Amino acid sequence: MTMRTVLAVAFFLLTSLLVTSAQAKEAAPLSDDPVVEARMMAISEELRCLVCQNETLAASRAELADDLRKEVRRLIREQKTDQEIKDYLVSRYGDFVLYRPPVKPTTWLLWFGPFVLLAFGVAALVVFLRRRGQLTAALPLSSEDKKRAEALLKEKDPK
Amino acid sequence: MMRFLIPLGLFLVLVGFLAVGLNRDPHEVPSPLVGKPAPAFQLQQLATTDKAFGPQDMQGKVWLLNVWSSWCVSCRAEHPLLVAFSQQGGLPIVGLNYKEVRGDGEIDVDVKKLTPSDELKLVRQRAAAWLAQHGNPYSLSVLDIDGRVGIDYGVYGVPETYLIDKHGVIRFKQIGPITEEALQDKILPLAKTLESQS
Repeated sequence: MTMRTVLAVAFFLLTSLLVTSAQAKEAAPLSDDPVVEARMMAISEELRCLVCQNETLAASRAELADDLRKEVRRLIREQKTDQEIKDYLVSRYGDFVLYRPPVKPTTWLLWFGPFVLLAFGVAALVVFLRRRGQLTAALPLSSEDKKRAEALLKEKDPK
Repeated sequence: MMRFLIPLGLFLVLVGFLAVGLNRDPHEVPSPLVGKPAPAFQLQQLATTDKAFGPQDMQGKVWLLNVWSSWCVSCRAEHPLLVAFSQQGGLPIVGLNYKEVRGDGEIDVDVKKLTPSDELKLVRQRAAAWLAQHGNPYSLSVLDIDGRVGIDYGVYGVPETYLIDKHGVIRFKQIGPITEEALQDKILPLAKTLESQS
């Protein structure tokens, strides 16, 4: 092995080690009850951490995420349903905490916009194909064109 | 002609979307609490040990609730503005001291080992020292030691400031430090209209 490959392998091992230890840390259960913990994780997978916005509440290691997970645990122990817990967070932080935004007038564009665009695309394609079909089918040869064609054919025909 | 106009039109629409989208700050999440009553709380005050404070004590006044902490770097940035504003006697500002000890990532004490009374003592000491050093714009400050009240107010990044009307309804939320523009263009005009209402 060259020095380079040795270094590459060492680097790979080191990074994978770091990654696994990071993952092991974020899943550390803080509740004694595995059922509560499982539900908490399931709920917080669906919620966004407000500090590091592209992470779920379950994965984030931000201070606030930790506090919010504590709140979710508390609410689970108070026998709240998943929906009630999500509503609790939405009432404080807004729809933004939900990874699946609710369907309501302000999010119609978000949910149905792509389908509207698709419908436009299909309609444009249909119109385009029809027009092209009509153009190619409905263009008769004028008598002059016919004469030219015949003249050209004759030219090529060696007698 | 149409051949060129349609792609050009689509391109301009795309540019328009990007221009709006890229100029937005994704860290400013609009608060669902604007237009809703300020969540109730009862917290102990920084200055006195024997008196609690809640938003209901400010009934009939237009006031600001400013979330701050001594470990919060942006708070230091907005603080001179708050101090100057309070000296002009504009609006009463109540400080919500947010997780003074627990929120400090660089604290050299093991927070988990602190007893509640020791933690409270440390919170008071740190908060008071910071205000003594940087000036105190607050008519009073309350202590949100574990950040529970912060959660009720949807706090996710300190500093945050709420403008609350005479009936205890949140009218405006500033996320991040208050700037001179935000104060002059948004908070003060809105506060003026709110004060003229009964």
